[in-house]
Amino acid sequence: MKIKSKIPASLEAFFSEVGDILIFTGQVIWQFFTSPFEYKELVRQGYYIGNKTLPLIFVTAFIMGLVLTLQSRPVLVEFGAQALLPGMISVSIVREIGPVITALLCAGKVSSGIGAELGAMKVTEQLDAMEVSGVKPLNYVVATRVLASTMLIPVLVVIADAIGMLGSFFAVTMSDKISLILFLSQAFDTLNFSDVIPATIKSFFFGFFIGLIGCYKGYHTQRGTESVGLAANSAVVTASLVIFIIDLLAVQLTQLTDRL
Amino acid sequence: MGKVIEVKHLKKSFGKNQILTDISMVLHRGENLAVLGKSGTGKSVMIKCIVRLIEADEGEIWVKEQNVSELDVDTLNEMRKKVGYLFQGGALYDSMTVRENLEFPVRRTQVFKNKAEVKDLVEEALDHVGLLDAINKMPAELSGGMKKRVGLARTLILKPEIILYDEPTTGLDPVTAGEISELILHVREKYNTSSIIITHDMKCARMTADRLKLMADGKFYVEGTFQELSESDDKNVSAYFT
Repeated sequence: MKIKSKIPASLEAFFSEVGDILIFTGQVIWQFFTSPFEYKELVRQGYYIGNKTLPLIFVTAFIMGLVLTLQSRPVLVEFGAQALLPGMISVSIVREIGPVITALLCAGKVSSGIGAELGAMKVTEQLDAMEVSGVKPLNYVVATRVLASTMLIPVLVVIADAIGMLGSFFAVTMSDKISLILFLSQAFDTLNFSDVIPATIKSFFFGFFIGLIGCYKGYHTQRGTESVGLAANSAVVTASLVIFIIDLLAVQLTQLTDRL
Repeated sequence: MGKVIEVKHLKKSFGKNQILTDISMVLHRGENLAVLGKSGTGKSVMIKCIVRLIEADEGEIWVKEQNVSELDVDTLNEMRKKVGYLFQGGALYDSMTVRENLEFPVRRTQVFKNKAEVKDLVEEALDHVGLLDAINKMPAELSGGMKKRVGLARTLILKPEIILYDEPTTGLDPVTAGEISELILHVREKYNTSSIIITHDMKCARMTADRLKLMADGKFYVEGTFQELSESDDKNVSAYFT
């Protein structure tokens, strides 16, 4: 009792939530291997995630590649190193900017959407209705959304990388005459497996946590319509924070493995 | 008459707020029991404890001779199939049509695998609540009364032996509320169900209930038939009938 009273309430609430998230994560992962698995719902959720975010990713990734190139080119020109531009841009996009920007966009679009949807389902007792009819909401609603997000976000990252490169090519052609084949060949020459593999692995983690946090926040919505908005908002903030933490860990791990 | 639900000394608190202080009750086979009480007295909490949507702090709940708090997840789900639950707002799944709302529990419980059989069941259940025409509509296109009817059809499709009605007539106009009350009686005759009806609507209680229980301060205050309670001299009881 004495120890408990010395812990500030906010810290206690934080650790309590971390504990709840860990338990929830375990329950969701368990549902991946529990029958019946809803393949139809998984495909539907995958379609929604792709359909919702693809136009946004197209526009954002194109602008991202374009701006990155326009900003970097003058510095490289100063050193007469503009030939390195495609390689530099490709490494930047594939390693870092593509996955992180895509994940942040999905945190805003997918995680908040899932949080609001599940929050509304909770408030209107739809999740309770599922439970009393003998259907596990964790299996039908949560596991499918988390898995769809885990599988789709790496695909969206690859698309964002490709569109970003296209934007970069467009920016290069504004000042230099270069063919797409030469641009791509220079870009891919610089890329190694050690750039692609860690970025792909971290994209899966981004996807998993984007889905998971959206579901957790929505699933634990308190009663009342106001809390639906709060759940969506909290899902975006938490997912964005987790994306940066995963990114930091991924960079540290990649550097560690490079040294070994 | 055998007991289908028995609650013994049920207690439930949320934080420091004790909602159910000591609830004991019995629901007999084929009986309609109305539970009355002011808002916030814990009526809905009690029926949520019965199907373990909310875990009780203390006490025992027996449904069809099974101690609910001791059931594992699979047995609990089996038990829940025998207990229908009509939520206040109908709780229809927004993203599904009326047909899909009704197919969903049937498909998931895997009792019926034949598509034609499921289609017949859905149409039969909707026909019983008089909403066959709305089969392809989305929940957003339905009125409050229609949502409750569809919610009831979705409950009936699993052929429950017990139905828990959570304020079935709240928010409805008097005509629709009367229709829902008639439907509750019709369901008992047709499906031979036993029901607990949580309500504030005295007309609904008079029409549907064999017995009434009045809840106050987290426990049952008094019980009797509508006639008995309406003639009570107790101010706290007669307030409901004026």
